[in-house]
Amino acid sequence: MTGLERLFDLALVVGLPVVALAVLTAKELRAAVALFLSLGLLMALVWARLDAPDVALVEAAVGTGLTGALLLASGLAAPAPPQLPGPLAQRLLLAIGLAGLLGAVGLGVATAGGDPGLRAAVLDNLQRSGVTHPPTAVLLNFRGYDTLLEAIVLLVAAVGVGSLRRERPVAIGPPGPLLLELVRWVVPVLGVVAGYLLWRGSDAPGGAFQAGAILAGGGVLLVLAGKLSAPRLASLRVRALLLAGPVAFLAAAALPLGQGGSLLQYPPAWAKALMLGIEVALAGSIAVVLLMFFPALAPARSGR
Amino acid sequence: MSPRELIAAALLAGAAFFFFAGTCGVLRFPDVFTRLHALTKADNLGLGLVVAALALQAESIGLVLKLGLIWALVILSSAICSQLIARSALRAGVTPWSRR
Repeated sequence: MTGLERLFDLALVVGLPVVALAVLTAKELRAAVALFLSLGLLMALVWARLDAPDVALVEAAVGTGLTGALLLASGLAAPAPPQLPGPLAQRLLLAIGLAGLLGAVGLGVATAGGDPGLRAAVLDNLQRSGVTHPPTAVLLNFRGYDTLLEAIVLLVAAVGVGSLRRERPVAIGPPGPLLLELVRWVVPVLGVVAGYLLWRGSDAPGGAFQAGAILAGGGVLLVLAGKLSAPRLASLRVRALLLAGPVAFLAAAALPLGQGGSLLQYPPAWAKALMLGIEVALAGSIAVVLLMFFPALAPARSGR
Repeated sequence: MSPRELIAAALLAGAAFFFFAGTCGVLRFPDVFTRLHALTKADNLGLGLVVAALALQAESIGLVLKLGLIWALVILSSAICSQLIARSALRAGVTPWSRR
């Protein structure tokens, strides 16, 4: 590592706790949200430095974009930050406990000894997985079981958030011409970028989660401009989209059963097509789930 | 260092200067409108210089075009978003700073 890279890493490592402290001690809710977004940006840089570009992409899309929109929109209903001081002794105990935990984890990481784990096994079997990008192969093929369960957990999250929604959407002002123009330019680009990331997920950083997060960002813009109403759990289309990902995954997992294989044992000739189909359906489901977290808004009609 | 790398380094130094200037503006300017001004103008120019420096060191034309697309998207979104923020600040009653 050159000196400049070390300096950059040092800046990141020092910046993270400083910004986190700033988030916790910010006076205004909006200031705290803005600082939280910059924390997300620093985290994305950290992931990129740790050679995990897929995670960095998701952190950048969800942590800075969607979370920011979500936090700011939730502020519409509750502008003042909640008062949670708590007794001093409790807070000190918590701080010491967390510091101890952090120290133990840090010690464990520092003395790990660089065990390569299953890296060699993954790289050896890569051409049989149907894709050339190791994280995608691991997520959708070698450890597809975990991702299948994650897709179903997302469904549970959607049901949870769908039942917690307010009855009536929050009324906001009409979308001005500027916002409409932004939507006109940016949403198609977001669609293309999401499709590009979905397609490239097979041999470069990308995939269903990244594409879904970007599509959800486009959805948030459309809701703000009044072009799309926030997804409701009662709607049949929303239910179909939510189910598309898990059902596609289950179908692909159960496919080998009919030919004498076991669950998730994709026939190698079909592996790439199956994984791409799963990713497309999953991206749609993820986009709808993430969009459901955004509060329902009712922009007034501009009357034109 | 080859001349290409020298020019890229000079562009990056210029970008660092503009980002620094923009950050100073955000920290020191008196009200939200002037801060938006510093933020969007200086930072976007700094980003343009960074993109130019990276484009000089890029391996393919496709990469250069992608970098240019990133710069164009940032300019578009920051220009529109700064106007939206300024408008909502005006509506919320923030009076622009004046010398008196």
